[in-house]
Amino acid sequence: MTMRRWLQNLLAIDAGLARLILLAGVIFGVMAVMVPDKFLRPYNLISITYIAPELGLLAIAMMVAMLTGGIDLSVIGIANLGGILAGLFFHAVGGAHGPGLTDLGVGQVAAGIAIAIATGAIAGVINGVLIARLRITPILATLGSGQVFTGIALVLTGGPAIVGFPDGWTMIGNGALGVFAVPLLILLAVAGAIAGLMSRTPFGLNLVLIGTNAKAARFAGLRTRRALLLTYVLTGVLASLAGIILSARTNAAKSDYGVSYLLQAVLIAVLGGTDPAGGRGSVAGVIAALLALMLLASGMQLMRFSNFLVDAVWGAFLLASIALNAWQTRKR
Amino acid sequence: MTFSFLRRSETAIALVLLVAMGLIGLVNPAFWDLANLFSLARSNVIIGIMALGVLSVMISGGIDVSFPAFAVAAMYLTIRAMLAWGWHGVVAPFALAGAIGLALGLVNAFFVSTFGMIPLIVTLGTGALVRGALLGLVGTSQINIDRMPQELIDFGNLTLLSRIGPNGTHFGLSAMILLYLLAALLVHLFLTRTMLGRGVYALGSAPEAALRVGFNRTRVLFTVYGLAGALAGLAGLLHGSMIWLANPRDFVGLELDVIAAVVLGGASIFGGRGSVLGTLLGVFMLVMVANSLIIMHIDTTWQRIVVGGIIIAATTVTSFRDRRQLA
Amino acid sequence: MAFIELHDISKRFGGVQALAGVSLSIAAGEIHCLAGENGSGKSTLIKIIAGVYRPDSGTLRIDNDAAPLTPIAAINHGVQVIYQDFSLFPTLSVAENLALPSELRARRRLVSWSGVRKLAAAALARLGVAIDLDASVETLSIAERQLVAIARALMSEPRLLIMDEPTTALAGREVARLFAIVRDIQAQGIAVLFVSHKMREMLDISERITVLRNGSVAAAGFAQAFDEAALTRAMTGHDITAQSYRWRPRHGGAPRLELRGLALPGVLAPIDLALHAGEIVGVTGLLGSGRSDLALTLFGLRPRYQGEIRIDGRLVHLRSVAAAIASGLAYVPEDRLTEGLFLTQSIHRNLLATSYAALAPHGIIDFAEARARADAMMREMQITATDGNQKVIALSGGNQQRVLIGRWLMGEARVLILNGPTVGVDVGSKAGIHERIRALAEEGDLAVLMISDDLPEIVQNCNRVLIMHRGRVVEECGAALLSDAELGEKLKALA
Repeated sequence: MTMRRWLQNLLAIDAGLARLILLAGVIFGVMAVMVPDKFLRPYNLISITYIAPELGLLAIAMMVAMLTGGIDLSVIGIANLGGILAGLFFHAVGGAHGPGLTDLGVGQVAAGIAIAIATGAIAGVINGVLIARLRITPILATLGSGQVFTGIALVLTGGPAIVGFPDGWTMIGNGALGVFAVPLLILLAVAGAIAGLMSRTPFGLNLVLIGTNAKAARFAGLRTRRALLLTYVLTGVLASLAGIILSARTNAAKSDYGVSYLLQAVLIAVLGGTDPAGGRGSVAGVIAALLALMLLASGMQLMRFSNFLVDAVWGAFLLASIALNAWQTRKR
Repeated sequence: MTFSFLRRSETAIALVLLVAMGLIGLVNPAFWDLANLFSLARSNVIIGIMALGVLSVMISGGIDVSFPAFAVAAMYLTIRAMLAWGWHGVVAPFALAGAIGLALGLVNAFFVSTFGMIPLIVTLGTGALVRGALLGLVGTSQINIDRMPQELIDFGNLTLLSRIGPNGTHFGLSAMILLYLLAALLVHLFLTRTMLGRGVYALGSAPEAALRVGFNRTRVLFTVYGLAGALAGLAGLLHGSMIWLANPRDFVGLELDVIAAVVLGGASIFGGRGSVLGTLLGVFMLVMVANSLIIMHIDTTWQRIVVGGIIIAATTVTSFRDRRQLA
Repeated sequence: MAFIELHDISKRFGGVQALAGVSLSIAAGEIHCLAGENGSGKSTLIKIIAGVYRPDSGTLRIDNDAAPLTPIAAINHGVQVIYQDFSLFPTLSVAENLALPSELRARRRLVSWSGVRKLAAAALARLGVAIDLDASVETLSIAERQLVAIARALMSEPRLLIMDEPTTALAGREVARLFAIVRDIQAQGIAVLFVSHKMREMLDISERITVLRNGSVAAAGFAQAFDEAALTRAMTGHDITAQSYRWRPRHGGAPRLELRGLALPGVLAPIDLALHAGEIVGVTGLLGSGRSDLALTLFGLRPRYQGEIRIDGRLVHLRSVAAAIASGLAYVPEDRLTEGLFLTQSIHRNLLATSYAALAPHGIIDFAEARARADAMMREMQITATDGNQKVIALSGGNQQRVLIGRWLMGEARVLILNGPTVGVDVGSKAGIHERIRALAEEGDLAVLMISDDLPEIVQNCNRVLIMHRGRVVEECGAALLSDAELGEKLKALA
């Protein structure tokens, strides 16, 4: 009885998810037919597991913010600022280049990671205070704070990229454990943790309730302000993890890296079944949407479409998913 | 027209503006040089025209982040068309640029009104789609002064009040400021003197009540998003003719400055509030602060921090004004 | 000659028969009262007259014209509805709020501001009220907003003005002014359909009364033919017995809730009150009497209160909702849909909303336990649903209210504050909810504070009643000695 209900629940939840997995499968099939030699080459598929995770982390962050009915437009600024601060730290302790920098020990690399994550957490606290305490609408609060974070990154670097990171750091973006890329493992670990947090802990369920009806949440005694603050701390930390992987993978950090990620993160979150008005969203949906869109982007690049066109297709996908969602809710 | 609160918030903005001008003038009296003031006025034009469209969208209760992409598409497509077809003149190109912007704006309106989707998400999508398609399908190469249509350059160069500076250089007040003020006047008349314009306020103020008394939501949405698109298209081409250059990668991130200016001018993101006069002041304030960093001996890399800070400060003030008391 | 005639109207929404064979006629220039408890079908009937809903069967004739009604057609026939929310534009000026709809009807494209002001001034002059035309509506009082809404409705020269619960938000003096205005409107030959559930008012103002109960006409006739008892019988289907809730004091101990000089500067004058376990104490008073502020203070939403609050003799500081809940207070808010429920979430999640932290001793929620407890509470509160995964939005008003009350019983509530416990609940489930509340107080060792407008509800279910007025408790009486008519008289005397 309970087993059957459990199965039913699983299947019910997965109706939307199944569609996304199907979409990913279709894209995979189409690409495998269109550019079989290049697309199916292990190198191509493995390279996706290095490139996709940073975007996946940003999309999960966006989903979490949307779950509460908000949005975090400052994630890119936070990611870059985290990478740049860590880079500045490495250059300060190890010099701008040479073995002094590349051979920095585990301790220093760990300190760099701590700096980046702390940056994300502090930036998150700032967003959280603006949104939960000063009650600025999340769009404008994070639009403004994102400018400030990017601005700080720009002032610190003066414009050009910070190039050169310790080997221990670049391992995070380029290394592998067995056959698995380190960034992929980080993404999977974070996705599992966030999925658990959202579905199994009071904090996660409270976020869903707050996103459904903030006023009722307050009357139910949920600590809405604290929950909102923690939400933006969480999105800030997720953004900083993305920043770590991005700078580690490219061995550089710059104030305007990854600008197109913002739209892509929003798109993946929405396509993954997140309701931007709050109250609905899942990590599994985000991961499935990420998979579908990364396969699409990779295939298009192999077919020699420019990156700009890939961006355009992402935008078209966002609009199409809006129309599809609206059509489905109307049908219901 | 005669709302005491609008009068108050515009007075407040004007006062802050005067104080800021005073402070900047104290740090560096060169601020008050006619040449500087003229160049400041000139810098208002493009952001200002775009801000008028965003203002209309915001009063209706929406937001638009796609207009920079529309502006750049309208500019680049129009100039490419002029070069390809050997077009001359000024009026027809501007009509084309406005029409391109209008058409794209109507796409936004279609998605917002038909699917009831959050405008931020819709306009993020259309913006990315248009910019990506422009760069991916039309081209990425910049059209430089040597290939720019001469009529456009001449038009963008029109000057009022020519003066000769102390070091013998010529300077003047760009005539484009007149276009900006004309657009502002028209949008002001539209918003305050037409039933459709009042419908924009009504829809933003109380959507349900607006429908009950018979305002047409679809028509209002198509008007404001169309207006925002058309104004962006016109501003885009104007920008090209003022800097003698058509760069398809231009205007990245400009939405932030424009939204900042509109919010600074007292409009509310929740709709129902905002005025053209306030927006003019907001635009002037934003442009003045950003442009005066050099005069105040501050590195220009600080500009983003300043703009971000302005957005946060202005929204904090307005959120206290708009605060809906909970329980 | 009837202006509007409804014959044998029925309307069904999904599984709910909202109206069954309702007939009603309103003569030109009469004041007609549509009475009924919440959930009796009043709003559905209004919306049918306004052309918003199409009836499933039956006929509706206006001016002997039986054409199907659309909202526009209804307006063109001269039907104007003033909804409870007034449908005004808060950020626009009074002048514009008044003039825009008629300018729209005139199909104007341009706005003449001098014309708008002239129209607006004339509209207010017709009502004989003075309101600053340039003030934005959000700065007006509720009563002023209502006047603006009435003035606006009159501008379209209506022949029937429907007013939905127009006195809910008004103080006594304002009600008197409203009635004077309604009679004035009648004198101009306009019919008024006055929708209400307050008996006194109906008998005062109307010439004819139609009483709805469970979607059918329970009684209809001239107002003179009714008295309060007859109206009550028609509305509720039974006589209200004077048998009120009896509380037997238990052995000693401190009161469950004790207030000593509890005050909110400018809102609540110092209040002393002792509430014992098993008591159900009613609080009533006109809107603005401070009764809701009292509830919100006790629930930690007015942290700047003065004075002492004790629970079971222990001094508590209710500076936040969390602190109030931790101290054993529970609050079922007035507006169930916007303040109480998570409509798109399941019954289980709604029931468990306040309990998740307690169910996760090590940070991870014990879902087996959570489900078991929620299922048990669904049985205890007798919630009718397919299962706990059903979304709350699909439940009836009565079942929704049971979910809300049940939510608090999942925790360790010691004082239950109910604000309008049966607003929007159909008559059938009302008795059931009352029975649950009484059982909870008796067996569950709770102290209950019941805030309500519904005087029979208070008199039946409480052992004591507090009457509040302008921020102070002006009278306290034992409910056993009181009829709802007497309570009504006392309230009226305050106005």
